[in-house]
Amino acid sequence: MKIQVQTAAFDLNAELAALYAANPKVGAVASFLGLVRDVNEGDGVATLTLEHYPGMTEKALARIVEEARSRWDMLDCTVIHRVGELKPTEPIVLVAVASSHRQDAFAACEFVMDYLKTQAPFWKKEMTPDGARWVEARESDDTAAARWQK
Amino acid sequence: MNVTLLYFARLREQFGTASEAATLPAEVKTLGDLVAWLRARGGHWATELAEGRAFRLAVNQDMADPATALKDGDEVAIFPPVTGG
Repeated sequence: MKIQVQTAAFDLNAELAALYAANPKVGAVASFLGLVRDVNEGDGVATLTLEHYPGMTEKALARIVEEARSRWDMLDCTVIHRVGELKPTEPIVLVAVASSHRQDAFAACEFVMDYLKTQAPFWKKEMTPDGARWVEARESDDTAAARWQK
Repeated sequence: MNVTLLYFARLREQFGTASEAATLPAEVKTLGDLVAWLRARGGHWATELAEGRAFRLAVNQDMADPATALKDGDEVAIFPPVTGG
């Protein structure tokens, strides 16, 4: 399990290969890559700055991954979330799950993303032509996380 | 009781500080009491922490609710709903 918060870019191919190259039991890797868009709420976005709560972030992500591991056959998992200033087309977050079979990999990957969106202490501030503004939390993210409740 | 208070994102900007060391009066026993005590400072504190405003609380880096009891040395964080991913 790898959980990392960093300003630097990451190598997607290397991160995915690390999940299966040394483990012949892995039959599936499902991954999600979140990117900076150049538009939000109808306004252009020049840059996105991500802030987080060091310490709590890693703890929250570890708990989410543990919860996923208790629900699905998860052989390995990588979560990388970037912070600092990012530009459109740059990757923000990678969640990748290795499993024996695709169903578990897909489900666990989606679960981790849905919980990350509502439980991990990150905040986005976007620079628009009208100035800087904090991105508001979306109700649809709460709805997405709630559907996993047992 | 002494606690460390941390503020993030919009709240950090509105309050003009990222952290403070606070000595709480004896009547502040829970997280809810602490929020009410901060609200009584008025200004941005009253606005941002008003009843019905969306904000989140954490004690020692775990999400917590207003009923949570505080103890000496706790790290308390107050922040807007999260928007990562």
